[in-house]
Amino acid sequence: MIGTQTNGIPMLTLLAALPIVGAVIALFAGKSARLIAMLAAVASLAVALVVWAHLPSDGSMGFVERVAWAPSLGVEYHLGADGLSALMLVLSAIVALMSIDAAHRVHRQPNLYFALVLLLEAGLFGAFTAQNFFHWFLFWELSLIPAFFLIKLWGGSKRGPAATQFFVYTMAGSVALLLAFLGVFLATGSMDFEHLTLLASTGELEQIVTAHLGPVMPWLAVGVLAGFAVKVPLMPFHTWLPAAYSEAPSPVTMLLTGTMSKMGVYGMLRIALPLFGVQITAMRTPLLVLAVATVVMGAWAAAAQKDLKRVFAYSSVNHLGYCMLGIFALAVPATSAAMQASQAAALNGVILQMFNHGITAALLFWFIALLQERSGGIRGIDDFGGLRKPAPVFAGLMGIALFSSLGLPGLNGFVGEFLIFRGVFPLAWVAATVSVLGLLVTAAVILTVIQKVFTGPVPERWAEFPDLHTGERLALAPVIALMLLIGLLPQLIVDGINPTVVNLLAHWRF
Amino acid sequence: MMQGTNGFAFQTAASGITQILWLIPAIPMVAAGVIALLKQPRRKLAATLAIGSLAFSLLIALAAFGHVLSGWTSGHAVRETANFTWLQFGTSTVDLGWVLDPLSALMLVMVTFVGLLIFIYSTGYMAHDENFTRFFCFLSLFAGAMLGVVIANSLLLLFMCWELVGLTSYLLIGFWYQRPSAAAAAKKAFLTTRVGDIFFLLGIVWLFAQTGTLLFYNGGAGGIEQTALNGLLAAPAALGLSAATVIGLLIFAGAAGKSGQLPLHVWLPDAMEGPTPVSALIHAATMVAAGVYLVARVYPLMQAGMPAGGTTTALTVVTWVGAATAVFAALIAVAQNDIKRILAYSTVSQLGYMMAGLGLGGVAVGMFHLITHAFFKALLFMGAGSVIHGVHEEQDVRKMGGLRKAMPLTFATYAIGMLALSGFPIIFSGFWSKDGILEAAKDAHFSKGPFWLLVFGAVLTALYMTRQVSYVFFGKWRGHGHAHESPKVMTTPLAILAFFAIALGVIGTPAWPWFRSFLEGHAAAVEFGKFGESEFLVLLLTSTVIVLFGIGFGWLLYGSKSPVPEERDVLEKAAPPVWAALRDRLYVDEFYGVTFIAFYKWWAKVADWLDRRVWGGIVVLVIWAFSRLAHFDRFFDNEWVNGGFDKGCEELSSGGGLLARVQSGRTQTYLRLLAVAVVVLAVILIWSSRP
Repeated sequence: MIGTQTNGIPMLTLLAALPIVGAVIALFAGKSARLIAMLAAVASLAVALVVWAHLPSDGSMGFVERVAWAPSLGVEYHLGADGLSALMLVLSAIVALMSIDAAHRVHRQPNLYFALVLLLEAGLFGAFTAQNFFHWFLFWELSLIPAFFLIKLWGGSKRGPAATQFFVYTMAGSVALLLAFLGVFLATGSMDFEHLTLLASTGELEQIVTAHLGPVMPWLAVGVLAGFAVKVPLMPFHTWLPAAYSEAPSPVTMLLTGTMSKMGVYGMLRIALPLFGVQITAMRTPLLVLAVATVVMGAWAAAAQKDLKRVFAYSSVNHLGYCMLGIFALAVPATSAAMQASQAAALNGVILQMFNHGITAALLFWFIALLQERSGGIRGIDDFGGLRKPAPVFAGLMGIALFSSLGLPGLNGFVGEFLIFRGVFPLAWVAATVSVLGLLVTAAVILTVIQKVFTGPVPERWAEFPDLHTGERLALAPVIALMLLIGLLPQLIVDGINPTVVNLLAHWRF
Repeated sequence: MMQGTNGFAFQTAASGITQILWLIPAIPMVAAGVIALLKQPRRKLAATLAIGSLAFSLLIALAAFGHVLSGWTSGHAVRETANFTWLQFGTSTVDLGWVLDPLSALMLVMVTFVGLLIFIYSTGYMAHDENFTRFFCFLSLFAGAMLGVVIANSLLLLFMCWELVGLTSYLLIGFWYQRPSAAAAAKKAFLTTRVGDIFFLLGIVWLFAQTGTLLFYNGGAGGIEQTALNGLLAAPAALGLSAATVIGLLIFAGAAGKSGQLPLHVWLPDAMEGPTPVSALIHAATMVAAGVYLVARVYPLMQAGMPAGGTTTALTVVTWVGAATAVFAALIAVAQNDIKRILAYSTVSQLGYMMAGLGLGGVAVGMFHLITHAFFKALLFMGAGSVIHGVHEEQDVRKMGGLRKAMPLTFATYAIGMLALSGFPIIFSGFWSKDGILEAAKDAHFSKGPFWLLVFGAVLTALYMTRQVSYVFFGKWRGHGHAHESPKVMTTPLAILAFFAIALGVIGTPAWPWFRSFLEGHAAAVEFGKFGESEFLVLLLTSTVIVLFGIGFGWLLYGSKSPVPEERDVLEKAAPPVWAALRDRLYVDEFYGVTFIAFYKWWAKVADWLDRRVWGGIVVLVIWAFSRLAHFDRFFDNEWVNGGFDKGCEELSSGGGLLARVQSGRTQTYLRLLAVAVVVLAVILIWSSRP
């Protein structure tokens, strides 16, 4: 089983290597660190797009690379990308580029800063392509370290506690995850996702684990879920998030919300559902309660915030809650073609939502970065007013991002949420019905932001608030164009993920 | 009741005009995009683009209407669709498309025509606004989205355009965004309609899950065609209702939000914060009628399973909500003093009539009132705009008076609009359309309640309009400065609308029910004998009495009086508490303030408190427990992590809160715990893997 298997150029290795090489160069590049980082990010995006464009049409893993690593421990270097992985690669590459673009005012140790950002990107690439637990876990943790230092060294006034809490909390989740997975390994002797998924799909995995370790399968499922629940986050494991998101410098927050939160959702789809589908189905009701709480209470908590970054932090919790809702709702044995259609809708919706939230949330934090540059760091929701007057373009473009976050049809945010509700409603109608409250509350939150920041009379101190200059407009325009494009032609993305969705659902056992 | 049993066969093959129907919404949308990129000083170009694009859409709409009409005159009803797949997931598809049938054709012509007049009027009304260009950008975007709603052959496409319409409404209500009241009204409008929309969305996903399609018509496989409806009727939902009923009601909730029906009407009067052409176009003639149009569009669903001569649960709800709204809003309108607010409540009330008309008499009855109302209410709003313009931005009717001399054209056209709205017999279109609703209400079997409500509403309508017209145009001038007539660019559209406020009645009389025949797809015979039938004469007499009583009573109370704002209203003197309640809009806003909005704010605080205290608190406790544990673990404390890190963390912890005090400096503890766990597990692993 273990052998060498590559298709021509090892694209995925190349992809992970690019930012690492970039990071090393950036460290020693003197004043052009940002330029180097930008180049590395652009190159990564190009490679990611190549991967995305050349996926196997049957939804299986493409670009497979397989090399024995530590055979005695079942560890091998096994990479691959299907529609889900590839879309996350593209998302990570886009958000990393956006983040580097946004970070043009790093005065302190810019070389280290950009090197860390690139390392983080490499961690993401590794985690989204690894097909072996050991390898995957390495990158999962690896991405945490640059994130920690980026918050710790460049963050706001309370960055220390925020970074520590972020690190410790995620680490605690990782420990649970690791312990659970070691249990699986002890029983099966395998760390290979593909192999384990196959075992789980026939029900063998549970038999083997139970035979070796006793009836611990539900506990292993809890451990794995806990690890991902922290990362996503799922309420009530989210308390690290508002502090981390608000204390991190905004470009780093873009990475945290745009990409790292997706690692949790990705883990749910790559590890939790394939291996522990039956156990998750057994716990479905409480999990759905948590997902609905994440959606509804996340939105409501956003309504109580005064710091714009915290508003959007909680709004992120809310938006990822829809992913959790879709994931837990689809965890039922499908007994009819109609149920299968609902599962396919929900899963497509979840993956679309991952991508769309990544883009939209990252863009919102980019606007926060631009706002703070102009306001001298002020970002309280009540500190502004009437900014539309001095900065109409700023208001207009941020308005588009805000309405995307609100789920306005025609922009990217709507499609994923629509498909999730389409899938969830027939499978868990109570959860869906309560969750629509989240749509309403989110709208209230976002319109309140617009009302308080952009409308009303302009306070004297902001009368000269500078509008976006041409360079900024040009930098933002592609992202906004992308949001419109996906909103109008979501098939562009669904074409790539739907075969994988069908493939995944066929291998999951609930 | 609309059965259309002996109607024409439907012709469904898509013709050339149907293929290009999408251009009708697309052209104004493209124009909006272009205008958005224009610089503010390019006023003339912006207005030309907006008006030109809508005129172009009107031409295509007329061609489409002509196509449907020629089909109808040659004996077949046209219902052509053009569908395409927008999204594929799993093995399912989401299809979108557009439909050309009598319903969409009529609506297309109305929206483009009234819209065009209002666009032209706006060039005069907004002439001095600094954001003139942006105004026309939003107007064009609105027109495109609204026309998209009209042609949609898919509930999803309709919903997407519906939300876009909501967005443009939001942008235009808040057009003067520097006024906090305008910004607040915009937000209120968006959120109130979104309350309806979340139910609507549930209805959409339910219908989709149940029928596998969101198309209305698709050669027999559409979601509101017979096969799908049979399935929906057979599917039980809850409380003994079928899925068809519940989905119908969910969709109606969306319609109620958009069309300002009780209890979601509160946003529409506040929407008057927008410029007056916006009120005329969006909040009188077109967008608010979108809810009525939606119910008409999904009418097969609403009436699914209707027994002969009976009604359905969904339609009963529509009827009662409509009738209640009609009276409720008319009552409030009596006690308002802002010229636009009176009209706003009047619009809410008339939308109630339309809904009741749909519920009682079918698509043709409700839609006929929608069309006539669009013309005369747009006329009234634009007339009000002309008045406001002429009296230097004053909106309080008590501070006007005698304007019939200063503004003769505005007065003449306004009077026509007022008589049409009041339902003055024979001459005015509003009489015929309202008559149709009352007639259907009289024939309703399940209850006579709606009929009496609607009759009462009709009296009130005549009363508040008489009060308004007396205050504005009669009596003595009580304003400041000199009132002046508006420019031609504003009065000409008024005259055209006034013409239609009268002329449209012709197509909906009992003698020649062209409108109904056209919509329902059967031949329209001219039978002047109908005018002689006793049933018609009785109703004619009833309506005449109602209207004349309302107008007469109003004139008696307010005619030629010249009240001053300080003086109490004559009705206020008669019943102060009742008047106060009506003036304060029956305290609905206040009620929502202390219930829903208070709950919203309180629950936000609860969510925040839970986060900070409960969930955060548990984390603190756990971490505290672990750190105690770690203190016993001095054994592992061998300076793995260098001292500088410790020091940095200590320094930072002093600036943090409770969590910070507990956590900071413990990172290494956790790293150690992790390491211990890994080592222990590795030991187990190796030990257990021994042969």
